[in-house]
Amino acid sequence: MSDSYSEAPTAGGMPGRVAIQPPGNPHDGHSHPHHPKLQHHFDDMAQQAEASTLGMWVFLVTEIMFFGGLFMAYLLYRWANPMGFQEASSHLNVWLGAFNTAVLIFSSLTMAMAVRAAQTSAPAKSQVMWLVGTMILGAVFLGVKVVEYADKFKHHTVPGPNFVWEGQYPAAAEIFYSIYFCMTGLHALHMIIGIGIMLWITWMAARRQFDSSYYTPVEVAGLYWHFVDIVWIFLFPLLYLIGRHYGGH
Amino acid sequence: MYVAIFLALMIGTAVTVAVAFFDFGYMNNVIMLAIAVTKALLVILFFMHVRWSTRLTWVVAGAGFFWLLILFSLTMADYMSRGWIAGTLR
Repeated sequence: MSDSYSEAPTAGGMPGRVAIQPPGNPHDGHSHPHHPKLQHHFDDMAQQAEASTLGMWVFLVTEIMFFGGLFMAYLLYRWANPMGFQEASSHLNVWLGAFNTAVLIFSSLTMAMAVRAAQTSAPAKSQVMWLVGTMILGAVFLGVKVVEYADKFKHHTVPGPNFVWEGQYPAAAEIFYSIYFCMTGLHALHMIIGIGIMLWITWMAARRQFDSSYYTPVEVAGLYWHFVDIVWIFLFPLLYLIGRHYGGH
Repeated sequence: MYVAIFLALMIGTAVTVAVAFFDFGYMNNVIMLAIAVTKALLVILFFMHVRWSTRLTWVVAGAGFFWLLILFSLTMADYMSRGWIAGTLR
């Protein structure tokens, strides 16, 4: 594993670096002075890959703050209504939540394998296979989410005029479910966008666009996918598990 | 190696679900968040390749989470200290 990384270009952006790369694709037939995917404003492929990865991380930082605002709302309202949040949480289906957590973690594994397949110049077929697997798992996650949302509409735990709560803390429960729908809804939107990005990447992979000399789009799409997984890693315990030991229903 | 990370994440999920069924008082939150942070770190360091990335990527990623902590701590410092001085509540 680590040996493939020592080969990988990671130390980009050094001044004085040799600007001309050997042709990355031996199937080219004729020798280019540089890689066909190298854009003119970069010195070399390593610098280009580093810039793309760093740019994606800057975007992910804005995403951290985006979801962070909602986590802040959760923290504040839970601090103000600790018992109400526990009671409201105990009505969520922990097994569906745990199943979805496992599905997303599995999809992160298939995504990491897709990046690895592109990075090691694996055949387009296996790159596509991992990417399709990732999309299928993402779709399974969203399918379970649909079942969960439908159940909440059925039991009138959707905030609004039809919200009904039999428990001790109806006001806090409504706040909890407002935050639940905001956070899981925004997360689900990210999953839908993620599947859209994967469709695009899969199409590129099927057209043999990626090999060890150029796989940045797979890498960057992977960063996004894993980030969405991380958000769920925090959402699952904070939403589903805080009421388990509290007279769990 | 990716499979090992995957298995560690699955075990973390199983443990966090199991722990949730017992009442450890406030420790439930501590255990839950410790497991979630560990899982997130595994994903960031290995699946997202930050372990093999440049220092600049480390700084950018770290700064994002550091700023999040500033958001949490300053906001809660405000709300939790309201009412400490008579007459300043709300």
